[in-house]
Amino acid sequence: MSGKHLLEIKDIETCFKTDGKMVCAVDGVSMYLNPGEIIGIVGESGSGKSVTMMSMLQLIASPGKITGGEVYLEGNSKNMLEYGPQSEEMRKMRGGKVSMIFQEPMTSLNPVLTIGYQIRENIMLHLKLSKEEAKERTIQMLKMVNIPDAEQRYNYYPQQFSGGMRQRIMIAMAMSSEPEVLVADEATTALDVTTQAQLLEMIRDIAKKTNTAVIIVTHNLGIVARFAERIYVMYSGRVMENAEAGELFASPEHPYTRALLRAIPRLDDPKDRILIPIDGLPPNPATRPDYCPFYDRCEYRMDRCKECKRPELREVSPNHYAACLLTEEEKAEKAAEIASKTIKEAPQKTIGSEYCLDVKNVRKYFPVYKGIMKKKVGEVKAIEEITFHARKGETLGIVGESGCGKTTLARCIMRVYKPEEGEILFNGTDIAGFTDKQLQPYRPKMSMIFQDPFSSLDPRQTAESIVGESLKLHKLVKNKAEYDSRVEELFRIVGLDPALKNRVPHEFSGGQRQRIGIARALSSNPDMIICDEPISALDVSIQAQVINLLEDLQAKLGLTYLFIAHDLAVVKHISDRILVMYLGRVVEIAECDELYNNTLHPYTKALLAAVPVADPAVESKRERVPIRGEVPSLTNRPSGCPFHDRCDRVTERCKKEVPLLKDVGNGHMTACFLYDNIPEQ
Amino acid sequence: MERNNKLKKFVRTLFSRKIVIGAFVVVVVFILVAILAPLLAPYDPNYADFAAYLSQPTKAHWLGTDAYGRDVLSRIIYGTRVSLIIGVLAVCIACIIGTFFGMIAGYFGGIVDDIINRMTEAIRAIPQVVLAMALTAVFGSGIRNLAIILGISSMAGYVRMMRGQVLSIKQADYIMAGKLQGNRNFQLMFKHILPNSISPIIVMMTQQVGATILSEAGLSFLGLGISAPTASWGSMVSEGRLFLLQNPVFALTPGICVAVLVISLNMLGDGVRDALDPRLRGEI
Repeated sequence: MSGKHLLEIKDIETCFKTDGKMVCAVDGVSMYLNPGEIIGIVGESGSGKSVTMMSMLQLIASPGKITGGEVYLEGNSKNMLEYGPQSEEMRKMRGGKVSMIFQEPMTSLNPVLTIGYQIRENIMLHLKLSKEEAKERTIQMLKMVNIPDAEQRYNYYPQQFSGGMRQRIMIAMAMSSEPEVLVADEATTALDVTTQAQLLEMIRDIAKKTNTAVIIVTHNLGIVARFAERIYVMYSGRVMENAEAGELFASPEHPYTRALLRAIPRLDDPKDRILIPIDGLPPNPATRPDYCPFYDRCEYRMDRCKECKRPELREVSPNHYAACLLTEEEKAEKAAEIASKTIKEAPQKTIGSEYCLDVKNVRKYFPVYKGIMKKKVGEVKAIEEITFHARKGETLGIVGESGCGKTTLARCIMRVYKPEEGEILFNGTDIAGFTDKQLQPYRPKMSMIFQDPFSSLDPRQTAESIVGESLKLHKLVKNKAEYDSRVEELFRIVGLDPALKNRVPHEFSGGQRQRIGIARALSSNPDMIICDEPISALDVSIQAQVINLLEDLQAKLGLTYLFIAHDLAVVKHISDRILVMYLGRVVEIAECDELYNNTLHPYTKALLAAVPVADPAVESKRERVPIRGEVPSLTNRPSGCPFHDRCDRVTERCKKEVPLLKDVGNGHMTACFLYDNIPEQ
Repeated sequence: MERNNKLKKFVRTLFSRKIVIGAFVVVVVFILVAILAPLLAPYDPNYADFAAYLSQPTKAHWLGTDAYGRDVLSRIIYGTRVSLIIGVLAVCIACIIGTFFGMIAGYFGGIVDDIINRMTEAIRAIPQVVLAMALTAVFGSGIRNLAIILGISSMAGYVRMMRGQVLSIKQADYIMAGKLQGNRNFQLMFKHILPNSISPIIVMMTQQVGATILSEAGLSFLGLGISAPTASWGSMVSEGRLFLLQNPVFALTPGICVAVLVISLNMLGDGVRDALDPRLRGEI
């Protein structure tokens, strides 16, 4: 087969030595790439997608080892893995024929060298150009990735650029050596949605112009649906399914792919869609069974699956491969069986008319100090004029890109910070000016669920004492027996086995840890819970479990949620109303459906358009709203409307005046001059 | 069960290197000698047999006698007590005071941090031995005073280490979570921050015992440490150096004891560091 494709990987096997045992992270993965093609590799963390790419380039460091497989590059019939990792041939392949962009734009550029120098070095090494020619080409590359003033920026250092700009520079560097293959390993995961869309579109345009093949490695099904032409779905070190993008989403064949698509919320979902989580956890590679690795979580499983060896990829229809033993008829039968099972009804919640939280005109500024005398030289206006309310039993989603003040707002409400100005009415009491002591009785009534389940639990405490801490602090239980029964009850509520209560956090998986975090938040019987990105650190198959749990609890306990997230699909799924923030200001608040169907503010429009939907058929029909530039830093906020320098409908007035939040009917409020003529209601 | 496993793993990594086992054995032997001193020592360490002053090693006096006719072996055995007590006590004092101030400085920040920092810097600006000399001049010598003095003069390191630890741990979400649940500052510090920042402190303690014993010997050698009749290795070396030609064993053996114990303690400290906190390897 070699020679037919631009790049071909065959049966790669990479193992890591842990605790004296060889654990295979990648277990026989094959894939190919044609010239100019864009393929996507999707999978959850630990599925081996990055390790496959690293193995291809022989970048696996000890204790890892490539134990088998072949890699062929076009025009070379020799297996690239036969050359040593440091050989001349491999070095030519890396960076020359195959370039790679990594996830972390903050650490992948050398901070002590100018970006121009770094790109020029790469060009001189691979293209053998003179210094002057290389410089010329560098500037050309910087212009290609839309870096303004490329000639001057040539001499800038990496820290003078924002994260998105740095990733552009990485792309320029990767493309500068005229590679045939560009590997983008989670290249946009750390960036904001609007920047992510800009960058991926740019990569696609450049690739098509230069006929470069691209491998997009990601965990986001939406991204591959929008950008990839052919998709590999990986699970537990193996390829589960491989098909053209349209085909994969229209008729997924492997039970894993089907389950995944049922578990993730989509932007175009109807409001009452129920997510069906995949039960259980991905297998630990060290104890992976000999049979199909998905067997334990599979809804389609049959006894036969457990008796046979791991299924190989099989062509189910032309150019559509799936690694499943079941025949088409068996699958159809099972699918009918699953469809006939009654799906648990969406929990019914009741929204009261009283306000649980009423925030009026809150501002928070952070002082900026300079020099050794710590003279105050200015202020960062983190949030300004924030006004909104949340009713009892309601979920208010708060969305916005990084730096828009979502977390500052949450911390002001929780009174970690004291707002400079404004009122925070919690159940009717203004807590904005309270001292720590005055706050003490209100603390149990509001809790918080944190983003990172690994840093939000004290590693030295047992799960029991983490969950029970509030009970003791606020004397919510009378005696030990009551304490024990309450802790056990809390464990059960969040779906954890109370027998695990003496374990410490690192013995739990990410999803379980987040459940402990939820149990802790529930322990004091709160009225309101602020969820600060509670699921963004979890794997897609686990996210649905946590979302469903939060929804159940709300219906059962009548909780009010402030749900902060940057994933708009999730926010849409869970929220009743949504608040959109930009640069410390509220730009739009509306009922969920109203916001998605009748988007008013130009920023919200751009934000929604930037989110990819995990369905190529829908993707191709969606309206694109291009957005310029990146979120400016808070220290040099534009005058007037904070969005005016990126808005395509900007007027002179926007540059001078700040638009105020205004009701345009239906409880839909927006801060934009475009809707000024609509009479106030 | 979990705790047992952790302990097992700690012991396994600690003793994975042969040299650490050796060091451990040596330290245990010294500790036993210190505890069992009255049983092991052939003579009262302060009994002066003027008839047999400056005797060479004989069957009666294995390591000979000093200028007053006191048995050198007995004095070395009792000297072990002094060295170990001062070493451990001083380190404990330094650790408790230093950790407390470091935690307060890191947690509260601002003016509290500034004051504590300036004070530690002042202490660090004076060489430890000079500081200890000045303090002995004021407070007088003796085992208790020496332990306090050595403890105070070496606490700056703990303040800094703990402050750094607290500053990084303070950022963690679980501290914010604890605060939001209504923990008071001191509850937060002792329940959540201290247990999470203690391992580098323990590593530092084990590595400091040797250094403190060395400081004590140095001070005693200069005549500023343990006062006259009490046996101390440092003062014995000091006395013995006058008679290096007559009886070299007299000056050399206490010196060798100091060297062997300090090296063993340092090895053990390295072992503890590797087992407890591999990230610190190659530092300090």
